[in-house]
Amino acid sequence: MIRINCPYCGERDHSEFSYGGDATINYPSLESSEKEWTEAIFFRKNIRGFQLETWHHSNGCRMWLEVERSTVTHEIKSVRPCHPDLQKVVENNK
Amino acid sequence: MKSKRLNNLGKINRDKTLNFTWDNKRLSGFEGDSLASALLANNIGIVGRSFKYHRPRGIFSSGVEESGALVTIGSKDRRDPNVRATTQELYDGLKASGQNAFPNVNFDLGGINNYIGRFFAAGFYYKTFMGIPPFEWGKGTAIWMLFEKLIRKAAGMGSASRLPDPDSYEHAHDFCDVIVVGSGPSGVAAAIEAAEKKLDVILVEQDSELGGNQLSENDFSTSNIFNQLKSLGVKIMTRTTAFGLYDNCVVGLLERVTDHLSIPDSTLPRQRFWTIRAKHIIVGSGALERHIAFNNNDIPGVMTVNASKHYLNRYGVLTGEDIVIATNNDSVYETASELSEAGANVTVLDSRTNIEVNSNKNFEIREGFVPYNINGRKKIDSLDISKSEDINKVDTINCDQVLLSGGWSPAVHLLSHRGVKPKWDTDNACFIPNDTKENITMIGSSRGLWNKDDCIASGVAGATDALNRLGISKTNYFFPKPGGWKNPIKPLYEIKYKKSRSKSFVDYQHDVTADDVRLAHREGFISVEHLKRYTTLGMANDQGKMGNIIGLSLMADLLNKEIPEVGTTVFRPPYTPVPVGALSGRNVGKHFRPLRVTPMHQWNIDHGAKMIEVGLYQRPWYYPKQNETLSDSYIREATVVRKTVGICDVTSLGKIAVQGPDATEFLNRIYSNAFAKLQVGKARYGIMLRDDGIVMDDGTSWRLSENEYFMTTSTAAAAKVMAWLEELLQTRWTNLKVNVTSVSEQWAGAAVAGPKSREVLNECVEDPSLITNENFPFMGVISTFLKGKIPCRIARISFSGELAFEVYIKSDFANTMMDLLWENAQKFNGCLYGLEALGALRVEKGHVTGAELDGRVTIDDAGLGKMASIKKSYIGSAMRKRGVLSADNRETLVGFFPTDLKETFNAGTIVCEKNNVKGQGIGRITSVTHSPELGHWIGIGFVEGGLDKWKNTTLVGADPVRNKQMDLKVVSPHMIDPKGERMYA
Ligand SMILES: [Zn+2]
Repeated sequence: MIRINCPYCGERDHSEFSYGGDATINYPSLESSEKEWTEAIFFRKNIRGFQLETWHHSNGCRMWLEVERSTVTHEIKSVRPCHPDLQKVVENNK
Repeated sequence: MKSKRLNNLGKINRDKTLNFTWDNKRLSGFEGDSLASALLANNIGIVGRSFKYHRPRGIFSSGVEESGALVTIGSKDRRDPNVRATTQELYDGLKASGQNAFPNVNFDLGGINNYIGRFFAAGFYYKTFMGIPPFEWGKGTAIWMLFEKLIRKAAGMGSASRLPDPDSYEHAHDFCDVIVVGSGPSGVAAAIEAAEKKLDVILVEQDSELGGNQLSENDFSTSNIFNQLKSLGVKIMTRTTAFGLYDNCVVGLLERVTDHLSIPDSTLPRQRFWTIRAKHIIVGSGALERHIAFNNNDIPGVMTVNASKHYLNRYGVLTGEDIVIATNNDSVYETASELSEAGANVTVLDSRTNIEVNSNKNFEIREGFVPYNINGRKKIDSLDISKSEDINKVDTINCDQVLLSGGWSPAVHLLSHRGVKPKWDTDNACFIPNDTKENITMIGSSRGLWNKDDCIASGVAGATDALNRLGISKTNYFFPKPGGWKNPIKPLYEIKYKKSRSKSFVDYQHDVTADDVRLAHREGFISVEHLKRYTTLGMANDQGKMGNIIGLSLMADLLNKEIPEVGTTVFRPPYTPVPVGALSGRNVGKHFRPLRVTPMHQWNIDHGAKMIEVGLYQRPWYYPKQNETLSDSYIREATVVRKTVGICDVTSLGKIAVQGPDATEFLNRIYSNAFAKLQVGKARYGIMLRDDGIVMDDGTSWRLSENEYFMTTSTAAAAKVMAWLEELLQTRWTNLKVNVTSVSEQWAGAAVAGPKSREVLNECVEDPSLITNENFPFMGVISTFLKGKIPCRIARISFSGELAFEVYIKSDFANTMMDLLWENAQKFNGCLYGLEALGALRVEKGHVTGAELDGRVTIDDAGLGKMASIKKSYIGSAMRKRGVLSADNRETLVGFFPTDLKETFNAGTIVCEKNNVKGQGIGRITSVTHSPELGHWIGIGFVEGGLDKWKNTTLVGADPVRNKQMDLKVVSPHMIDPKGERMYA
């Protein structure tokens, strides 16, 4: 029953969001090899503690968010837009 | 046991008699009774039969910890099994019956199990029927399957009604500053303190009355508490259980709204499932009295000491005449005195010596004595007692009741739900709550405080803690130390008498005995979690509320460890059972999920459509004429489409506007086929892959202008594709200047298919010259006007293999479009067609849909590998040929005919080689239809190695669900017009 503080909509119930995945993956370019893609999409760390993950505000503003959440306590340290330009806009408006 | 109603004492209303039945026997009680108190008032001793051994069981407690008096309430569609008689309020006309017994709890044929009990020790079923792995895997499992049915019948509890539930249930939400769980002295003190400091407070009480364990006191009245809380604005919720704590201070509540009423109010739900968001949670959930394990400690007439006090002072019921109380702590003496005053002959066996007791001593105390064996079968005849040191008979006391107190266990369950492990308090022989960083405070006897003043002080401290943590105050506070008895408790869990083989119960619920725990130890199941699963200690309704600590202490003894070293199992929600009805709330039947309809939904129905659910959508299934069946109708519709023309609502397809200077580049990256050179005014069929190279979805994209596309997706994947495009643009390709917008609701769509479709459109558009073959070739797109100057988009796209168009219009004009198309289609003897005919037409052409693209299939498997570009990179291009995805023997798309053309088959049929019909076979049929064109049944699906490998071999279709087999011929999936001449016409 966690709540996510969407930078656009405010604090909302997690049932409004869809979980994305690991927010730290650097997806290789489309031209990259099968090996690089395999690394990127199949190998994941199983973190105990805070991790960066993506959430989609699918029943809200439809923005993809980068959430820093503890896998142990579900405590959320930070929420910001995934898109770097939007991150800047949100930062400047604070 | 001889229990009876007294003329005085109790908080019941003796002026209001309530009639009820127990196993069809007519009995009566009073307003304010629980079912248990009413049964005791009628001297009913046996109320159930035990889980495994079918031993007669009575009422052990007066609350939620009950594991003996589990009964069935109600009848027919309102039959509720495994209800605790101790918490069920009596109402007029209540029907209760015993369970797990045949013919009844007094005389139960299953009682034979008691005498062959040594065969039913822990792990018996597993050992006997599951086989000895790994040597007897298959065999054991087969035996288990055979015996399981019989075992399930013999062991178990009540059975639920099989009729639809006539009651409704509600989900409700609320929020507050502080929620207080429990209305005992500590909870009430906390609620008052918090409310006086202007906080918004909810007080939750599982009982019908406020007061907690004070309801067991002679001179207690709830009305004062109620009025005081009410005047402070506290929201009071009685008959409401806080069954679980969740993240971010969320509390789950179950409110029993009508379970205590004779005739449920039809305007009220039976129960409400509450989700409460609080800023702080204060838990005063009390403590539960434990029993003691010794021989035959389950004979009806055994009860906890405090339960007897509860029955006496709340219900005016004296639970026995000659009562022996066995204790190891001070909590029993007030009860002993009150029972004695009420007329019982009371003896207290205290396992301790040199104790100091404040009481008028109207009963006998035998210090240093313990019980070790109860004589009797369906009732207690006498009790064998011994010196507590060396267990040997010293005396036998004639009695009809044995009351037990092995100490008290704070109800730390709710805190345990948050992953906070309790800590062992050696002085008080119990687990007490640990600290937590979350805004949760434990108060009262749930933190191990045994006297009332301490409880009240802890309530005030708890509220102050809440105020401090919420930043409202900065006041110092302290919690009283656990404990509060004059004489220290002396741990006493099991009294082991070596010279007898009688059963000594640790956990009544599932008949777990002390010997079962020893057996688990001998066989190596020594971790607490293993012990629990091997013996079922602490499972089922009561979740080990009484027996857990006894089991732990036995294991600690066997391991020569202290209890905290052995640990405790984790309590999980719910604290007490939550009915499935309450969990589902209103989300049943038609309200199970939302319903989506297209803008021409009513138009379709008005024109005779039978509808079908596809995902959330209602879509036209078929349009029967007169007495046509489904198959009559769809065969006619598909035939008409191939012969003249048909109109079909295709609005449910996903629609996405893709706009921006980089839109072309974007589409070129997400589709596996080339999009870079798609001209304005053209559409293209495209296939999207996932990162891992598997097909995600297929659809079309129409280039409306230089920087604008109109994308369609399959109905099922519409939401998924939209989220995917947003993810790519917002997280991966953040420099692409593209915007995507879902326009699924904004556009209504209809397919116009068949050789006459162009002629129909000619009649419908303002400017027919745009529709000619030259001006509007296959895969062309135009933005134009329907008659009446209604803007529309048309693409020449075919799903049926015929000359066909998809027309899209703003949703508000959906009916106008349908009227126009239908009016003109009729001029060419056209028809309306539904999903079934649509399916038939596409199966004939070998077009794949969701049934084929099921998340396991590659673009090559689907026979569309040639479409994938080899000149560009796209999502999935690096992975689509990896390892197993390019194996020779992949299952690839083929068509199927039954060898005997009169034969039929179903989707889901497993394709096997002849004489090797087993397992998963070598393929599967995914979609079938009767082909009007070919005149027999056809299917598409997958087979290992594809068409080339099997085109000259007869295969077998196995349909074990329908117990059916048929010979199959493998053919090309393009069963009609393979060159597509009709489409280009
Ligand atoms: Zn949002």
